[in-house]
Amino acid sequence: MSQAKQPRHLNLTRWAIHPALWFTVVFFAVPLAVMLTVSFWQRVYGKLTATWDLANYIKFFGRDYLVESLFNSIEVTLLTTVLSIVLAYPLAYALAYKVAPRFQRIILLLAVMPFWTAYVVRSYSWLLVISENGVINVFLTGLGLIDQPLEMAYSRGATVLGFVHFFTMLITLTIYANLVQIKPSYQKAAADLGASPLQVFLRITLPLSIPGVVVGAFIAFVIAIGDYITPQILGGGTEVLVPQAIMLQVSRAANFPMASVMSVTLMIVVIVVYLISAKHMKMERV
Amino acid sequence: MTSWLKSAPFYAYIGIALIFIYLPVAILVLFSFQDGTLPVPPFNGPSLQWYEKMFENERLLDALFNSISVAILSSLVTTLLGFLAAYGMAKRLPRFAGGIRFILMAPLTVSYLIIGIGLLITLNIFGIAKSLIAVGVGHAVINLPLCFAIIYSQFGDHMKNIDAAARDLGASDFQTMVRVIAPIMKPSLFAAFCLSATLSWDEFIIAFLLSRFEVTLPVIIFEMLRAGLTPEVNAAGTVVFAISFTIVALAAIVMMIGVREKK
Repeated sequence: MSQAKQPRHLNLTRWAIHPALWFTVVFFAVPLAVMLTVSFWQRVYGKLTATWDLANYIKFFGRDYLVESLFNSIEVTLLTTVLSIVLAYPLAYALAYKVAPRFQRIILLLAVMPFWTAYVVRSYSWLLVISENGVINVFLTGLGLIDQPLEMAYSRGATVLGFVHFFTMLITLTIYANLVQIKPSYQKAAADLGASPLQVFLRITLPLSIPGVVVGAFIAFVIAIGDYITPQILGGGTEVLVPQAIMLQVSRAANFPMASVMSVTLMIVVIVVYLISAKHMKMERV
Repeated sequence: MTSWLKSAPFYAYIGIALIFIYLPVAILVLFSFQDGTLPVPPFNGPSLQWYEKMFENERLLDALFNSISVAILSSLVTTLLGFLAAYGMAKRLPRFAGGIRFILMAPLTVSYLIIGIGLLITLNIFGIAKSLIAVGVGHAVINLPLCFAIIYSQFGDHMKNIDAAARDLGASDFQTMVRVIAPIMKPSLFAAFCLSATLSWDEFIIAFLLSRFEVTLPVIIFEMLRAGLTPEVNAAGTVVFAISFTIVALAAIVMMIGVREKK
């Protein structure tokens, strides 16, 4: 575009980003700012009152069951993330290196399709598999392997299972996207210089694929720690995670200041995790 | 032969992983055809009774309609805004490009739950009633970054040349955008729209927090779950799943064809 023409064309081009920008500011940034503000307020006789103190935060960290929900959430999320990586890595590796290129995309698509689909339904469908009279128990009892049905549903294990199922797909995608970007010449060079296949993997492929692992793990962490559905449907009432605690504050008590405190706390946890993992995430598109 | 043997464990692993991924869905679908009141073995079907029951359930049908409306309207907004923003960014990098991209992508790093709570409290403070419009706005917030990213990733350098060519031939700003750039970008616009629609279609927590009397399908399904396992939930779930699966597959296929044509 020539300089002389610029003024006539300037308007639309320059304004094109504004609608999205302002939409995000008004409906995303402002509500978060409101939430942060309300976390310093109090509810007096059912009305929000600007008190500007840390009373809610002191209350949150002073109540054992609330602090416990935070630790439960972090534990469940970490466990989920680690297990998902362990399951996803071999899958991504097998796809990238053992499957003929023309089949790779279709199998990958098949493996990650359910990730994009029907969240509530997917959690529920695990209940059909693991509940007391679900498929696994009926199958094992039928084979005579067990007398009593195994108690699998409504537990931390069930929550983790639901999460791992979900995030294995996501992390497979990010690791695969990373693996196919690694130049085969690195691996060939290492092999030519006498490295065994195991050494090539441990010292070339694995280190170069860390960004894909970290990006997937970070997204999984963000989604899992804020998810209400999976622990609510699969975890049952055995333990409370932060999202469930937030929903209790909102639906039972309409206690917005306390719900805000918990939400802000979750955001801080995510920011800390981001800062820890950011330097490993240097990767163009995943 | 030996190389095939060496790869065998990997093929087996892929097989097992696919079974793990599809097992719950397969069981969900199977027991939606259950002839009986429990969606668990033994399977007595096949029967369509639960689908019939579902289509007699007024509340469920209302929710189905609400879900479709919210998904389509919010996705039209996100696709349009995402396209404009991507065009603006690709055309000439604005000042503060880094900052603008940061703001546009920021909603991706915040949980849906927190975005929903923020909107709920804001509505409450300004005395605005909860509604399906609020749900649609919430869905647009979470999907705009994805639409922007998908469309922006398809703006290559060749776009600048095409844009310049259109202008040299006398097209105005608006004509260039609507009659030249948008048609070329059709595959990614379509993919962005589909992805946005399916995420809205499936979304639960924002819809749950911001809706009141009129609700969406995932919210109804969640409410039905309180009654325990029933094949009717399976039937509703199968419909939800089938529709989102179809939309995502469409988007993936169009995207793949678009990429291939470009090459």
